[in-house]
Amino acid sequence: MSSPQQATAQAALPTPEELREWLYTMLLIRRFEERAGELYGRAKIGGFLHLAIGEEATIVGSARAIRPEDYLISTYRSHGHALVRGSEPGRVMAELFGKVDGLCRGRGGSMHMFDLPRRFMGGYGIVGGNLPIAAGLALKSVYEESGEVTLCTLGDGACNQGTFGETLNLAALWRLPIVFLVTNNQYGMGTAVERHSAVTELRLRGEGYGVPGVRCDGMDVLDTYYKVSAAVLAARERRQPMLVEAVTYRFRGHSMADPESYRTKEQVEAWRKRDPIKVFSAKLLEQGVIAEAGIEELDGKARAAVEEAVQCAERSPFPEPSSLYDDVYVLGDQVRGWYSHRTFEPEQGGPQQPSEAYSSGWVPRQISEALERGSEARAGEEEG
Amino acid sequence: MAVMRYREAVREALVEEMRRDERVFLMGEDIGVFGGAFKVTEGLLAEFGEKRVRDTPISENTIVGMGVGAAMAGLRPVVEIMTINFALLAFDQIVNSAAHVRYMFGGQVEVPLVIRMPQGAGHQLGPTHSHCFEALFLHVPGLLVAAPSTPADAKGLLKAAIRDDNPVIFIEHESLYGERGEVPEGEHIVDFGRAALRREGTDVTIVGISRMARTAERAAQELAERYGVEAEVIDPRTLRPLDLEAILASVRKTNRCVIVEEGWPHGGVGANLSALVAEQAFDWLDAPVERVSGADVPMPYSRVLEEIAYPHEPQVVAAALKTLGREA
Repeated sequence: MSSPQQATAQAALPTPEELREWLYTMLLIRRFEERAGELYGRAKIGGFLHLAIGEEATIVGSARAIRPEDYLISTYRSHGHALVRGSEPGRVMAELFGKVDGLCRGRGGSMHMFDLPRRFMGGYGIVGGNLPIAAGLALKSVYEESGEVTLCTLGDGACNQGTFGETLNLAALWRLPIVFLVTNNQYGMGTAVERHSAVTELRLRGEGYGVPGVRCDGMDVLDTYYKVSAAVLAARERRQPMLVEAVTYRFRGHSMADPESYRTKEQVEAWRKRDPIKVFSAKLLEQGVIAEAGIEELDGKARAAVEEAVQCAERSPFPEPSSLYDDVYVLGDQVRGWYSHRTFEPEQGGPQQPSEAYSSGWVPRQISEALERGSEARAGEEEG
Repeated sequence: MAVMRYREAVREALVEEMRRDERVFLMGEDIGVFGGAFKVTEGLLAEFGEKRVRDTPISENTIVGMGVGAAMAGLRPVVEIMTINFALLAFDQIVNSAAHVRYMFGGQVEVPLVIRMPQGAGHQLGPTHSHCFEALFLHVPGLLVAAPSTPADAKGLLKAAIRDDNPVIFIEHESLYGERGEVPEGEHIVDFGRAALRREGTDVTIVGISRMARTAERAAQELAERYGVEAEVIDPRTLRPLDLEAILASVRKTNRCVIVEEGWPHGGVGANLSALVAEQAFDWLDAPVERVSGADVPMPYSRVLEEIAYPHEPQVVAAALKTLGREA
């Protein structure tokens, strides 16, 4: 059994072009998150907003270690994962705005991004809730011998959920091709890792389940890429599930509603000196992969893409009230319409509007009235 | 028609669907080597092998979540939960994932997952192995819920469940596993959302859920023989989708309604159904809707207490007579 360190040597060296693309994607995530934070302050975005500023190297380094056909599944801090997989920034932003062109048509919001064609299998709002699903994706790859690897990201806090032990055990027992990437940003919300885990070296947490772990510098995109590549290789070639602990830091609070009383300004400043974008830029400059002007150009491109994303989100309409019941169920012979009521006429909805054919009368009149009120209010808003 | 036990009917549905579709596979605790805690999956490991009959560790939440992931990726898993109380450990994955991913991801995925589990009292298993939780699952949009009471329905509904592209909670009943009944030969499918009329009558409608459909039938027999009351007995078979129209049509005919369930009374299936009947057939009712339910207690162990903690025929008879202004 070759160790992950040995396998590192087998990971392809990124080309200069690839390195520049990585830097661009890190910048794109950074600028996107900064702008999202700003728009949240202006109430364009509702709910919770968990920004990944500071974690860009972990996101890009790990996601570039898998192939397009591999599965990536993430947590509620998932904008960056959608972007790194190639989701259109405009559709990610539109989702944050709750607009119809959002990745999930405004149903999921910040915590629940999903892009099936890019095999980004979603953000999940329940801590640790994505682990069993990741194992299911990997099981499919084994069942159909289709060869994909599943990269499952989780936070340090998720290591204390029951699904962590259950899923790691099953992954090892059934030899599932899966890599668990623990994004250890040092805090489970506001609880420091020392205060939530008896064993703080989280890479060790998989050993007892038969899932070997390694640590990488989550602020260093290359180190992350190499360590995750080695783990992916073990998962793909030997069906050995692996755990990679990426030690990183989020520069912003847990969410926008976080007063950050649990950590000091000095600590944040110290980590900011290791800003993954600065560190990587410096390295690329030093190696002559890119010039100052080139970095500025990439940053300008990222900012422009984010501005275009905001425009796209602004332009996109809100979902039609009549779409409320779309996609609760897959309609067919058995479920012929969602518990419908007679006020939805066929022409009002999309292809999946509740049909009159199945009228159990479940949805009371009050809902249709509320919907009407909602659309009136919306019309008023748009006029004003 | 072949006569078979309920557990055999469930098994036959599994076997037929697994033979028909390579993507259908089973996961659960002790379903393979052991043959299933209630012997439903006995012999399946031998026929289909370990790839398709997968013994799992005791990890309910993760087994269900794996089913969700595998279903999202294109397989058609059937997960067995050993008893319905254990499904509570998987409630996160059942509600937050199975029921919701399609909606919250804007319709990009389907979750063709069946989660089978037996429920019910009568075996002195106490408060952690005996409950009836149809109402918990009925509550959740995104799930389909079936609760068959006969071998024929167990087979037909399970085949329909496996072929449906939605997540299905398939609730079997421990006390019914040994019951025999006629099952149509060949391809037998019972579509969801169609109630079964178990007995025709003109005086009172009795709706029985899961095993209580059988109890209701026997109560109806007694009502006819001892009291000259002709009860109409309806078994909804599936609670989502619900064939409310069949219940309402019957109530419009009999003007009286009794709902019988084994689960708890508050927020129960009966509470829900009686609200629907009151909302939609108020003008046809000649008496308040009566509910017969399990006692509002955790299921006790002692036989004498357990016996009185879930409904039997006399309570159903009394409730039916009450809607007629009579006493037992």
